[in-house]
Amino acid sequence: MHARADQRIRVTLTLNGRERSGYAEPRTQLCDFLRHELGATGTHVGCEHGVCGACTVRVDGRASRSCLMLAVQAEGRRLDTVESLAEEEGLSDLQQAFRRHHALQCGFCTAGILMSCEEFLDRVADPSEAQVRDMLSGHLCRCTGYTGMVQAVLDVARTRREATVPDSQQENNDV
Amino acid sequence: MKPAAFDYWRPSSRREACELLHEHGDEARLIAGGQSLMAVLNMRLAQPKHLLDIAGIEDLHYIERRDDHLAVGAGVTQAELLQYPGLAEAVPLLALAMPWIGHWQTRNRGTVCGSIAHADPSAELPLCLATLGGQVVLENRRGKSRRVMAEDFFQGVLTTDRRQDELITEVRFPLARPGAEYRFREVAMRHGDFAIVALAAVVDSNRVTLGVGGVADRPVSRELARHADPSEALNALAWSLGAEDDAHATAAYRRQLIRELGRELIAGGPRDEENAHARQG
Amino acid sequence: MNAFEPALREGQSGQIGRRQPRIEDDALLQGRGRYADDLAVAPGTLHAAVLRSPHAHARLVGLDASPALAMPGVHAVLTGEDVKRWARPFPVGVRQPMEHWCLAVDKVRYVGEPLAVVMAESRYLAEDALDAIRVDYQTLPVAVDTEAAIAADAPLLHEAVGSNVVSERHFRYGDPEQAFAEAEHRVALKVRVPRSSCTPMECYVVLAEYDPASASYDVLANFQGPYALHTVMARALKVPGNRFRLRTPPDSGGSFGIKQGVFPYVVMMGLAARKAGAPVKWVEDRLEHLQGASSATNRMTEIEAAVTRDGRVTALYWDQVDDCGAYLRAPEPATFYRMHGNLTGAYAIRHLVVRNRVALTNKTPTGLNRGFGGPQIYFALERLMQRIAVELDLDPLEVIRRNLVPSGSFPYRAAAGALLDSGDYPAAVEQGIHEGGLEELLAHRETARREGRLYGIGYTVAVEPSISNMGYITTAMTPEERRKAGPKNGAVSTATISVGPLGDVSAHVSSTPQGQGHRTVVAQVIAEVLGVPLESISVNVELDTGKDAWSIASGNYSSRFSGAVAGAVYQAAVKVRDRLAGIAAAQWQVEASRIRFAEGQVIVNDSELSMPFGRLAGATHWAPGTLPEDEPGGLRETAFWSPPQLEAPDDDDRINSSLCYGFIFDYCGVEVDRITGQVRLDRYVTLHDAGRLLNPDLVDGQVRGAFAQGLGAALMEEFTYGDDGSFQSGTFADYLVPTSVEVPEPLILHRETPSPFTPLGAKGVGEGNNMSTPVCIANAVADALGIADIELPLTPSKVRTLIGIEEPARPQGVGEDQTAPAAGGGSRLTASDSVTLPGSPQAVFDTLLDPETLQAIIPGCHALELTGENAYRADVTVGVGMIRARFDAQVALSDLDPPHGLRLSGAGTSAMGSAEGSAQIRLTEVEGGQTRLDYDYDAAVGGKVASVGGRMLQSASRMIIGQIFARLAQRMGGAAPRLSLWQRLKGLFAGRGGRS
Repeated sequence: MHARADQRIRVTLTLNGRERSGYAEPRTQLCDFLRHELGATGTHVGCEHGVCGACTVRVDGRASRSCLMLAVQAEGRRLDTVESLAEEEGLSDLQQAFRRHHALQCGFCTAGILMSCEEFLDRVADPSEAQVRDMLSGHLCRCTGYTGMVQAVLDVARTRREATVPDSQQENNDV
Repeated sequence: MKPAAFDYWRPSSRREACELLHEHGDEARLIAGGQSLMAVLNMRLAQPKHLLDIAGIEDLHYIERRDDHLAVGAGVTQAELLQYPGLAEAVPLLALAMPWIGHWQTRNRGTVCGSIAHADPSAELPLCLATLGGQVVLENRRGKSRRVMAEDFFQGVLTTDRRQDELITEVRFPLARPGAEYRFREVAMRHGDFAIVALAAVVDSNRVTLGVGGVADRPVSRELARHADPSEALNALAWSLGAEDDAHATAAYRRQLIRELGRELIAGGPRDEENAHARQG
Repeated sequence: MNAFEPALREGQSGQIGRRQPRIEDDALLQGRGRYADDLAVAPGTLHAAVLRSPHAHARLVGLDASPALAMPGVHAVLTGEDVKRWARPFPVGVRQPMEHWCLAVDKVRYVGEPLAVVMAESRYLAEDALDAIRVDYQTLPVAVDTEAAIAADAPLLHEAVGSNVVSERHFRYGDPEQAFAEAEHRVALKVRVPRSSCTPMECYVVLAEYDPASASYDVLANFQGPYALHTVMARALKVPGNRFRLRTPPDSGGSFGIKQGVFPYVVMMGLAARKAGAPVKWVEDRLEHLQGASSATNRMTEIEAAVTRDGRVTALYWDQVDDCGAYLRAPEPATFYRMHGNLTGAYAIRHLVVRNRVALTNKTPTGLNRGFGGPQIYFALERLMQRIAVELDLDPLEVIRRNLVPSGSFPYRAAAGALLDSGDYPAAVEQGIHEGGLEELLAHRETARREGRLYGIGYTVAVEPSISNMGYITTAMTPEERRKAGPKNGAVSTATISVGPLGDVSAHVSSTPQGQGHRTVVAQVIAEVLGVPLESISVNVELDTGKDAWSIASGNYSSRFSGAVAGAVYQAAVKVRDRLAGIAAAQWQVEASRIRFAEGQVIVNDSELSMPFGRLAGATHWAPGTLPEDEPGGLRETAFWSPPQLEAPDDDDRINSSLCYGFIFDYCGVEVDRITGQVRLDRYVTLHDAGRLLNPDLVDGQVRGAFAQGLGAALMEEFTYGDDGSFQSGTFADYLVPTSVEVPEPLILHRETPSPFTPLGAKGVGEGNNMSTPVCIANAVADALGIADIELPLTPSKVRTLIGIEEPARPQGVGEDQTAPAAGGGSRLTASDSVTLPGSPQAVFDTLLDPETLQAIIPGCHALELTGENAYRADVTVGVGMIRARFDAQVALSDLDPPHGLRLSGAGTSAMGSAEGSAQIRLTEVEGGQTRLDYDYDAAVGGKVASVGGRMLQSASRMIIGQIFARLAQRMGGAAPRLSLWQRLKGLFAGRGGRS
């Protein structure tokens, strides 16, 4: 595949469960494509050099910096952004925990942080505080001092574990 | 902070990638995970005319445990290698050092071979490869591959032995030697930052291989006798690397860390235990 | 309302003081915030990119934008010429012959100073065009270090001023001479506070339009106030205030003072829109932000105390130099005067001498930054208190206790004029000791020290000023100058509450929040007074100077929200309530004092009478004819509130610089790693008395955030500059901000002594830990190491150096050829090396003078064109690894001394910045008919590459320059010139019995 520098290419991907298409030049950053071409402005851009983590989205499930990816690289992939989190009945458990623990102030870095936390919680069911802090260290927040986020993630991990315990016990009993 | 314009190529085979590299010479850059290159492109510190994305090349995505080494293909991300079952047993140094590479989120996309190709003198993977005496496998447009020892591959700041038309297809990390212990220490300004000094050690019953990152213009590894007092050798090593001052640390501090942390690392101790546990994730 | 009046007369709902989750969060957590860069723009909007200087100090010889204008998608370029035609320099509070325009017009004075703006169809195209603008600079000597800049022979930034010191004031309070004469001890300290910034995660955003029909500007920016700057911008744009409409977006991604500094860009983009004839949008990027947006001042302070035998401080001497960067930008020199009235901190020190000098240097201009002035003051004062304890062999806590403003003496007039409104400092300290577990911490230190570990405890007390007196800045003027200029004082805050036809309550405040949760607290206050459900209240915090109530004190700074703005909300709510009570009283024929508002109902006490709030309020719209005679109908009340305690400075320069003064007592335990020098914060206790707490969750959030920033300032954050003024902290990998791993949870303690001067008894609490935490950690490290000279940030390298590095000697034969790199690192690169070449010195000399050779040996040289005798213009691509840039360079050979030596020099610019350097070459004949070529080079890089590449510049420059001579050797004889450093090292270790 080859795209000329000045060519606008059609990029199709699955954004938050829906197939979406738009046009991008080879050099268009994924974050710009999501925000300005597809209108998903919930993802923010804080440094454009991969350090602050504000622009983190999930690419095929993996939390990734959308400023360090080109739109053309996202062709055919599954993208999930902060807009995917809330459920019909309202905020997700993680969002609610962020609110409860005052884990955000200006909210600018929050979208990216939520996406990292979602992947982390998928992968680590029973995290220690040190693990949560390690994962969060890929994000910069200037407002909160991070405490609320750490508490929120630990809180959600605990609740999700508790919610799944009866099932697994059930299985054990069945066996 | 937006990249300058470039043509985008997604070759579907190694051969095609090498042909493009040959054709476009210094105007072309390879991108895999892009965790270093994209930042440089965004800042316009590089303005290649052609960007070759190797993500479309299928047969680069493998981790294989072979007789004496673990082979990691160019499509493998750092996160995938870190989560490879049995990594701690196969190549213990990687299991110790890799959690220090950037962050969870950058390891998700950054590739192992990409980090080797970038040859940042402070990066962990080049240090591991150099300390373990690993190899880099390169392939050219004629399909010929060659293997280069780490110590010959890294040639200076961001500079390697890779030739214009070559693609790194694989890196090989030697498997753990029976009876050897592997240790890693790093001092950085913050969690996930580039090392001010990183030390990797392979400790056998009678010898120690000590690798140093973050000081010279490339990762450096040395063999020291195990039971002799290492002070003199560490001091010689510290002075030999051309340590420099930068905004975050002085040259004298770097030398001191090599001497003092080096001694600790060779001796082994509670810190190494602490380290092994603190950075799992 | 002067006296404290308990706001909770009603007290039905208990909304005020409740830990209420924020009403802001629902939208923000779903990605539905509306930040400036998320808003829709007008059709045809162009995107701007700003051309910035790579040099710290240079005369602008020429600027040619025509190549940029010829590029695709580029519509216009704004330059200094346009700015001179349409605008004026920014007004500033210090009268000196110096001009600050929104784009450089004659000189550039700091790296990153804007020179031109490109307007194009996308940001990508606009950045492409930046590289095409040709600028000729004549570089000038720089004044970077503050101390050097105020020396008599320093290069001048603004020649007409005649000095880089643009303001100097002397103050004297009490009888300090006598106090010092009588002092049993004098303890002195010299400290420096480095530059830093709270770096909000969202950078500056400006959307500007110009309407030629009405000659007016309409700008939306994430500006945070103070709106006194609206007048500065309007005057710079040469329009009356009502022809400059300034709006803010609904959400802002943090500010911490920094977004005050967007104001020059508001003017710049207004002019850009005028030039382009189209709306213009500009989104600042992080590199621009770090190098050019704003910064706290760096400060040099000499402080001395007159002390009694038992540690009582009777007088203080302050000699301060504040470094405001290249231009004095409004509201500077406010960093000094914001803290002036409370220069004695939490202490009862009656005698004071102060000398304040404001220096300009070739660095980014300074401005508001959370803690504004506090970190600088408290670093000196609280380090001094720790030194007094050490020098007098007293317990540092005891020295603090003996000097505190005594209980029962509030309001307390401090020596320099602060009217400390309320508190009980000694009781607060005892509470902190008790509840924070000091005894345990002291025992822990004992144990640690017994085990040979480096453990220290630091203490700090501070008063945290809030609600700035808009007149404090005039303390920078002499009393005579003030008399001429007319008095400035007070701080007007505004709030508007309206009730709609369906009884729905809306509020507007002019506090331009940046994430603190103002909407929640405003709703809490209104719900408390009107008895309506919190969720039903709609709060708008967008500020539009075209139609909202505002004043010069509007905005989000000096922690003024809880004391002043929430107070104005309360007053507006009370006005609404009193009007409604009047209407209800008339309807029901009862005394208005019997009417109560609760649970959405209007109720008559001790009766069955009640009706829904909405029904009563609706009547003001639907049936004004039924209202009492003095009731006009409609329901919208605006409260303006300014406290009378904020008086102008008096003739003795006493100034009550703020309305409220919270109290902070912090202490912490740190352990220092002997080997790595890393500082681990083991425990941090912070006690705050911020008056009444309106929402304790949000208060704790403010404390945690400020603590994290204070910790960053203590341990890692610094804007560093090279000796040549190059900026070295251009990315978040260079300017280090603490992450979740570095920030522990502090123990937060509270005490609530209401302020008698604010409507709700609340004080500000947002900035305290930015002031107290850096010095508290510094005091603990000083205690751990037993060292007096502590300079922030306490990086591992610096701390390890303080512990003392006794280096074993360099072994013979190891690394001797490595020349020492330039001291202090940075962008000045010097080194020496040598190569051995075949042929005689004359042959080498002649080869070097051959243009073909020159082209062949310069790495990446595409073309070389003779421009004069031994002078060339070269097109060169230079770089290492993936990093490369194409330079348009001048190359010259000079100081020709055949066959002994010559000088090879080059200078050029590229998209990644500027580079210049020269190598002095010496040729010596050596045996075998060969020549040894020795060279010393001295190079400097500026602009982007220096800002972001610092870590590798030394090695990279060595490699590139080494290549020149390696190629020369190759060309002359083909032989490898010498073993590389690398090869020699391998040999060295092989010889020592290492790997064969």
